[in-house]
Amino acid sequence: MDSTVLRELEGIVGRENVLSSPDELQMYEYDGSVATGRPDCVVFPADKRQVAEIVRLTGRRSVPIVGRGAGTGLSGGALAREGGVQIVFSRMNQILSVDAENRLAVVQPGVVNWELSRAVAHLGLHYAPDPSSQKASTIGGNVSENSGGPHTLAYGVTTNHVLGLELVLPDGETVEIGGSAVDPTGYDLPGLLVGSEGTLALVVEITVKLTPNPELVKTLLAVFETADDATETVVALTVSGITPAACEMIDGWTIAVIEDWIHAGLPTDAGALLLIDVDGLRESAEGEAAAVAEIARRHHAREVRVARDARESETLWKARKNAFGAVGRVAPDYHSQDGVIPRTRLPETLRKIAEIGQKHGFVIGNVFHAGDGNLHPLIGFDRRDPSQLAHALAAADEIIAWCVEIGGSITGEHGVGMEKDRLMPLLFSPADIELMKRVRGAFNPLGLLNPGKIFPGGKSCGEIHVPASLPAVQQPAAPISDGSPATSPQ
Amino acid sequence: MSSAAKQLQSLAGIAGEANTSTDPQTLGAYAIDGRLPGVLVRPSSAEEIAEILRCCAADKLAVIPTAGATKLRIGAPPARYDVALVTTRLDKIPAYDPGDLTVSAEAGARLSDLLALLTEKRQMLPLAPPFLNQASVGGTVASGVDSALRHRYGTVRDFLLGIEFVTGDAIRAKSGGRVVKNVAGYDLHKLFIGSLGTLGVITRVNFKTFPVPEASGGFLASFANESGALELLRRIRHSPLRVTTLDVLNPALAALFASRTPSTAPDAPLPGSWLCGSSWAVAASFDGSDAALRRTTSELEGMAGEAGANATTLLAEDARPSLWVRIREWIPLLLDASPAATIVRVSALPTQLGEILGAAQLSGDRNELPVAILLRAVGVAYVAFLPGQSDEQTVGRLARAAGEVAEAAAAAKGFSFIAWCPPELKGQVSLWGKERADISLMRKVKQVFDPENVLSPGRYIGGL
Repeated sequence: MDSTVLRELEGIVGRENVLSSPDELQMYEYDGSVATGRPDCVVFPADKRQVAEIVRLTGRRSVPIVGRGAGTGLSGGALAREGGVQIVFSRMNQILSVDAENRLAVVQPGVVNWELSRAVAHLGLHYAPDPSSQKASTIGGNVSENSGGPHTLAYGVTTNHVLGLELVLPDGETVEIGGSAVDPTGYDLPGLLVGSEGTLALVVEITVKLTPNPELVKTLLAVFETADDATETVVALTVSGITPAACEMIDGWTIAVIEDWIHAGLPTDAGALLLIDVDGLRESAEGEAAAVAEIARRHHAREVRVARDARESETLWKARKNAFGAVGRVAPDYHSQDGVIPRTRLPETLRKIAEIGQKHGFVIGNVFHAGDGNLHPLIGFDRRDPSQLAHALAAADEIIAWCVEIGGSITGEHGVGMEKDRLMPLLFSPADIELMKRVRGAFNPLGLLNPGKIFPGGKSCGEIHVPASLPAVQQPAAPISDGSPATSPQ
Repeated sequence: MSSAAKQLQSLAGIAGEANTSTDPQTLGAYAIDGRLPGVLVRPSSAEEIAEILRCCAADKLAVIPTAGATKLRIGAPPARYDVALVTTRLDKIPAYDPGDLTVSAEAGARLSDLLALLTEKRQMLPLAPPFLNQASVGGTVASGVDSALRHRYGTVRDFLLGIEFVTGDAIRAKSGGRVVKNVAGYDLHKLFIGSLGTLGVITRVNFKTFPVPEASGGFLASFANESGALELLRRIRHSPLRVTTLDVLNPALAALFASRTPSTAPDAPLPGSWLCGSSWAVAASFDGSDAALRRTTSELEGMAGEAGANATTLLAEDARPSLWVRIREWIPLLLDASPAATIVRVSALPTQLGEILGAAQLSGDRNELPVAILLRAVGVAYVAFLPGQSDEQTVGRLARAAGEVAEAAAAAKGFSFIAWCPPELKGQVSLWGKERADISLMRKVKQVFDPENVLSPGRYIGGL
């Protein structure tokens, strides 16, 4: 990178807040996905004024920029696909205000999701979107990706909890959209910006809703001999009129992998389990817990455990939220997919995934948001073996194609990023994509902001390596290693 | 051939002669603020809509999409109005998946027909907008009207999964999808909510549906003044109760509800003891199991007592709809009572609602206008000024009153929008209150979807 640009960046944020040596840049080349993209330099602004200055400078020099929170993303959204400057928001991590009476908070983008909930816990409030990465991922990153999480089944995803945003536009101007009251006048710009994957503007301040903690949460663990029984239970639950706060499924293979690490007391011989929260008024939650247990038993649950207290519930949720990390212990790499399907199609889809796995020589683990039909098939592989990587990606593509075929989506909460850009045409017509590109052009006319994302056909330096033809499947099937525990990005 | 005749001919070529008209009487139903379109066309498909828009964009003819024509009074008068594009023939419900709790309806389908279909499967959409029985699905999205059910379920933006639409330059496109969770591509559909037909013609709408609760209850508490009513709201907010709707009626609105029946819904007399014109009323509905209902009822009564209620009423199940239908159809009810009714939607933080109410009353007194107020606990106060006539002098007073309420909203860092008012008022005040800092971004958005500015020109914020 041009050394004058580096010096100017150092002038804005201080020398200690700019990284540019290859060693230092290496860790910013990755996120939680299998994609890579190396920035030419990384800067850590202290406030929104510095962000605006950086954006003006990079604009003048025609240097690409990309925002990054904690780098836990699963689609390459925060990677510098075309090099340039990566703006990391870790120093902008202040909760600027909390209004308990009106249940809202104003935060900087680098605030860690979990830290906000922790900071307002004494007020009986929490921040509802809870991606499994919430102990590391930032609210700014969550806003970019419109992150979900287990409890978004009842409470909604990030976009349902964002009231207003302050943006730095690619020309360096700062503007507020939305507001703190409901029903801001004019077009719903926050609705457009949330989930735009950092391609329209940089978010420097966020006004979010806070949610009151329910009076009672009951966590149930329903244990099944087969995945079919578990998925049929989800189908029955969906139409029953009960909306659990969360309804997660973990299949047999993944249960064993998790239990081996987390020791949550999961039944390692089970075919599948459902982890379900019901909450609300004591009377409602108790009634719904009984009804959920009844539906599970009707679908041959061999056991329905109800967590006795908050601690037991936390242990079970810890097991769920560390699933990706657990898989990271047994496979050097894993590829997680994020398709969505109509919930009525869950049973056949799980069978289809197993079939696709078999064809490509993998055991595919499934740990996912069953209640809203958001799949997370986990394909463990070893990227040092090009054949395995190729098969892992091919298997993932086949799963996604199936999701689309039955009326679903290519991504429910991880974003398109640079991982699924080539899959967008499965879902959207050339006209749909063209119109979205026009929107991007209206906000980001020079294309300097997070280039090479969402839309197919972007040129790229960063890559996901997809070989032209698929090598023959090699046995043994599931790659197993004794690698040390990976951190959980999901 | 005159230009109107030429337009008629080309539109008839697309939608068929029987589906176009220049008959003034037919056009009258689609008049906006006294202005008639040049021609009306009723296409039968998204393809035809695209063709119509291609024609119109080429000739720079202004097109205003509508179906039920129940909310055309919302928004500024059109700068131009050549074609009324009526989508009532797009009335199918092509997909309903009760097992997945999703439904997909064409834009011109009647909302009431869609709701009836869902009821068969004991499901529903949390939409109870005014003019429900005449309103279309697409119009409900595009007009951005809310309903009491937002307290529990949020607004359209919280359960709209995706839409299909045609842009001003005739591009047929879609956004979102039909599954309940989806982050693929930009959420363009959110921009269409409340956009008053300025970005595109919606052709199809996908919603998340909800199960009908097993049992429900209704509760009314009356108070001598607004501070008691607001105190009850605050107490409910701090309680673990989860109510479904929570609205406050000021005495003037309560009196209107007690004395009138909305013309837009079947007659259902309101029990005489429920509302009186001298009290503020807090109306709540709630649902759940019998045990949850019992607890909710008793705690609501307790909290109402602590807040100083002078009476509480548990609403008998068979009579309850009479109140809910008034809360739903309150806009037509007010417009019947006072055709020049000027209704300002003010949104503000819940803690600021008291100030807004105060400002509204004061403004009514100062300008000698009766004020009816419907307040939603989530932070929306509808302030309705109800003049007896609509002469020039009255319109002047309405303009002052509405302006004062808008100022109070801005001072409270809230938002205001004059949603319903006589056409004469529209030239005198800004309907959208204080100018927004992000208006230039909104202009860019409009430019993307409607580069020729042919869709509902001038109807929206900032002259868009």
